[in-house]
Amino acid sequence: MSLSYLVKRVGFILFTLLAVSVIVFGITQVLPGDAAQMMLGENATDDALAAVRDRLGLDRSIFTQYWDWLTGTLGGDFGISLRTGLPVSEMMLPALQRSLLLALLAIVLMLVLAIPMGIIAAMQRGKPTDVVIGLGSYIGVSLPEFVTATLVLLILANPTLGLFPATGYVPLTEDFWEGLHHLALPVLTVSVILIAHVSRMVRSEMIDVLHTDYVRAARMKGLTRRRVIFRHALPNALLPTITIVALDVGYLLGGIIVVEEIFAFPGIGRQLIVAIQSRDLPSIQAGALIMAATYATVNFLADLAYAALDRRIQYA
Amino acid sequence: MPETIRRLIRTPQGAIGSVIVIIVLLAAIFGPLVAPDNPETFNYGNRFEGPSAQFLFGTDQFGRDLFSRILYGAQSTVLMAIFATFIGTGIGAVIGTGSAYLGGRFDELVMRLVDAVMAIPNLLFALLIVTALGASGVNALVAIGIAFAPGMARIARSVALTVREQDYVKAAIARGESAGYIIMREMLPNVIAPIVVEMTIRVAFAIMLLATLSFLGLGAQPPSSEWGLMVSEARSYMFRNAWMMIWPGVCIALVAIGFNLLGDGLRDALNPKT
Repeated sequence: MSLSYLVKRVGFILFTLLAVSVIVFGITQVLPGDAAQMMLGENATDDALAAVRDRLGLDRSIFTQYWDWLTGTLGGDFGISLRTGLPVSEMMLPALQRSLLLALLAIVLMLVLAIPMGIIAAMQRGKPTDVVIGLGSYIGVSLPEFVTATLVLLILANPTLGLFPATGYVPLTEDFWEGLHHLALPVLTVSVILIAHVSRMVRSEMIDVLHTDYVRAARMKGLTRRRVIFRHALPNALLPTITIVALDVGYLLGGIIVVEEIFAFPGIGRQLIVAIQSRDLPSIQAGALIMAATYATVNFLADLAYAALDRRIQYA
Repeated sequence: MPETIRRLIRTPQGAIGSVIVIIVLLAAIFGPLVAPDNPETFNYGNRFEGPSAQFLFGTDQFGRDLFSRILYGAQSTVLMAIFATFIGTGIGAVIGTGSAYLGGRFDELVMRLVDAVMAIPNLLFALLIVTALGASGVNALVAIGIAFAPGMARIARSVALTVREQDYVKAAIARGESAGYIIMREMLPNVIAPIVVEMTIRVAFAIMLLATLSFLGLGAQPPSSEWGLMVSEARSYMFRNAWMMIWPGVCIALVAIGFNLLGDGLRDALNPKT
């Protein structure tokens, strides 16, 4: 990986974030009604409206507003929530931490289940195990999170059984097991699609790799099946999985929005939905920007990891 | 084309997918004609009923017939999703093909912008657009169409880049045809096949997205029987009558499976090598 490649990539991600900020800001500017009206309600006097507009700087040109918002954002200042009157960063950053925990657990669960499932399916290609895993993954990718969530609630959070709590959140630092208990259903729900998708990808990569010359050579050398699979085939099959997992973070973020809403999990997705429902502009902008920035960064890191791990790739 | 269809139904995915999709399309088109009941008629004597001879799928909190609601809902779920995919594909194909044809700086700029837009997760992007446009079924459709366009543009571009090198395109350039003519008449028709495959799989995704938006209260509005909305309404009565939630949930999943299978089958049928 050359320095000029790195500089180019960093430049590109900065461009991406800038474009995303313009899109997010632009879309929120189209919303009908202005922030002052939303804060004061319909019966506000013109004087009061003018005062608030002046305080929020709404009478300045749109470019000045964007510039101030952008520079504030870079310093971690996302403005004041129109709904609660608190600084948006105070609401969003703790929520982001909780969402990251949820996302991380989902990714761990996905890797632990999807990779072995993909390998087993590839090795048993065409046999009943493969068919069952394949069918399961078709069903998995076809279930939107809200359907999975409601099914999970219906079965695992049924009040007559009381296996899992239906909603809420307990910090792990406060009560570790109770916290995990509350996280279990959201994590399970959000990872179903990922498991289904990634296991299918691992399977097809593995099948491709098993047909390469170097695997055939390894086999003909008389190496054990176990050694061929784990030392020769697997590392090469898993490499493209990095990119796929990074792209799936996009689904994951969307899934998190839905799942947090259903399980009343106080993360950034729920903050965003509440902000959208109450038309709390600064919070919508902050939530959307943070999510998009996370996704862009994850893909950037995945590209770097891929380039670092695969010696064949020489980025100029 | 008949050859493609024969190959399609010979693969298990293609065969099952085609059957599901055909049934679903028939239900979406003719559903209202065969529905036994009006989807908005209240039967207060029969609230929260399970499946029976009178109410095939049971009834909801107002005693409305769930089977009829599902049939009517197929239109606002499946047909809308297909339409949204068409919008996204149309915009994407024109941008992608145009960008590939024009090349150079323009291509570079367009593709960087497409990458930037794709950094926003689909659901989030659709949520933002619906927020700006206002919550309704039609706006959700438009939002999904717009959210899909960048991804389709990228695929169309990569296919178009290969097509651009073909002799018939070079011939058209040599003849001095206009850019519009070459893009629309020479390139687009040859970019269609891979795009159709992508589109079929995208329909599955569009159905899920559309239902999700309605579920969140940002798509179809009551008394619509859009399936996502039905699940959302059923949540409050989950433990009184689980059927209210199970039927629309299963239908969404079944339709998405159908389109996913059909898409995979089509890909195999159109690429005989693999």
